[in-house]
Amino acid sequence: MPGTYIPINYLPVLIIIIIAASVGLAPLLIGILLRPARRYPLKLSPYESGNPPVGEPRYRFSVRFYIIAMLFVVFDVEAVFLYPWAVAYDKIGLYGFVEMMIFIFILLIGYIYVWEKGALTWE
Amino acid sequence: MDLNLIRILAPEIILICTALILLLLDLLVKRKETVAFAGIIGALLSFYVNIRLCALGWSGSTLSGMFVFDGYANFFKLIFYINIILTIFISLKYMALDGASFGEYYALILFASSGMMIMASAVDLIVLYLGLELMALSTYILTGITRKHLRSSEAAVKYFFLGAFSSAFLLYGISLTYGLTGTTNLKEIAIALQGLNLLENPILSLVLIFMIVAFGFKIALVPFHMWAPDVYEGAPTPVTAFMSIGPKAAGFAVLGRVLFDAFGAMHIQWSQILIPLSIITMAAGNIIAIAQTNIKRMLAYSSIAHAGYALLGIIAGTSGGLSGMMSYMLIYAFMNIGAFAVVIMLRSEGFRGEELSDYEGLAKSHPLASAVMLILMFSLTGIPPTAGFIAKFYIFMEAVRAGYLPLVIVAVIFSAISAFFYLRVIMYMYMKEPQKEVSLSTTPALYIALAATAAAILIMGVFPSLLIELAKMSAMGF
Repeated sequence: MPGTYIPINYLPVLIIIIIAASVGLAPLLIGILLRPARRYPLKLSPYESGNPPVGEPRYRFSVRFYIIAMLFVVFDVEAVFLYPWAVAYDKIGLYGFVEMMIFIFILLIGYIYVWEKGALTWE
Repeated sequence: MDLNLIRILAPEIILICTALILLLLDLLVKRKETVAFAGIIGALLSFYVNIRLCALGWSGSTLSGMFVFDGYANFFKLIFYINIILTIFISLKYMALDGASFGEYYALILFASSGMMIMASAVDLIVLYLGLELMALSTYILTGITRKHLRSSEAAVKYFFLGAFSSAFLLYGISLTYGLTGTTNLKEIAIALQGLNLLENPILSLVLIFMIVAFGFKIALVPFHMWAPDVYEGAPTPVTAFMSIGPKAAGFAVLGRVLFDAFGAMHIQWSQILIPLSIITMAAGNIIAIAQTNIKRMLAYSSIAHAGYALLGIIAGTSGGLSGMMSYMLIYAFMNIGAFAVVIMLRSEGFRGEELSDYEGLAKSHPLASAVMLILMFSLTGIPPTAGFIAKFYIFMEAVRAGYLPLVIVAVIFSAISAFFYLRVIMYMYMKEPQKEVSLSTTPALYIALAATAAAILIMGVFPSLLIELAKMSAMGF
């Protein structure tokens, strides 16, 4: 019946979520309740491996980082697709081989394109 | 390997290969006209193959029934081919003036169009989504292609965010559909809805709403139209022309196919959602257009209003209504590209030519361009003997036949209101004195595009039977 469906099979998941959340929250709560609250500027400053903090945490990154990151994602996804293809290779035969070659070829054109456009050089 | 697969997909494969070649060609040649020319050749080749396949009487599906080759898809593909070729024709000079003559531009137009073609042929929600994203991502980049201009970048970011939002809606709708029926194939969804007795399920209304929101965004229905005026104004004008037709036609194609094929049994439910949307779309589009002083914004609101009229064909829920919607989109493609081509003509070095006041007294200095604009504006209003009249007449007639007389009366009233802002342009051109010297930037390609659109509008307006027969035949499957 619509509207009366209770996903009882997912109850363990709900319990796990509650347990996981409480494992994370409990130490924080216990810490707040037990520890003495003595605050001074040095203690409140951000922790940078023992060094005194320098400058603002937010500053501009070069836009090139984003380009590199995007290119990385594209070719990373290509690699991800290659894994299931390689595992199932003996079942899909020549057809699968040709299809994957076309896929790689299209990405190769993209690679030539970004290379020639100079997206891979830093300057 | 199944050979049918290659045959049916051939037009799309050719188009995508051309786009890839254009990317490489751009690296080799300096003159961007060469890239544009190669793009046109590729599009024509793909078109030719598509026609040959149609002439062979080829129809059928491939990719495990996820992709079909039928009249409905081919009719929309005709619109996309016209869109590609005319857009490339009107782009050349403008992009050079905007300092954005990139070879990628032409490749992106082809990628976007192949996405639209995949959408038109998709009978599976996953393939549909794939085509939609290919189209959408390419149009986001096209919108922002003049990266040095702030307006263009702003438009691209706006379009991207709202587009991503609407894609999320579509995916939500798809996942709910899959959860209910266990399939993403449109025909199988329809069978499952009947077989599993799901038609009364309240979740299904949610599915319909999600789908209509997602597609309504692409075709700029009110209240999902907020992006349209800003994006149309900010994007370079040829891109505006391109995306006022392509994504809209593709959106209508998938809206029609999904609602008719998968949810055909729920016509009452979805027409209840679409009727108010259509009325507020016509109202908002036509009334807000009156207040615009920028012609690109005015045309943006006009294109919103036209989506409202074309929606009548889907609301009708008959194959006749669907063919009305299809012929409306084809005629609308010619009218809109023509209107934007005139806007492009007015753009010259250091002069935007996008304000309505720039058209004052244009008929005195440039009678030919004004005459073409006159035809286009008459057609957009829907005055005979132009094609715009046929488009409206045919779709209204089919809606009346399906029993939606009150809705048609509302549409006719708003159509009359629209005459004000279309005819105002004509009034500015013919009845005002020129305020400033306006020089036209003309190229042979732009002339060809304008002549082709004006001729097409007049020919389809005087001899509409061929077009209507074609649309009827194409919609036969439904």
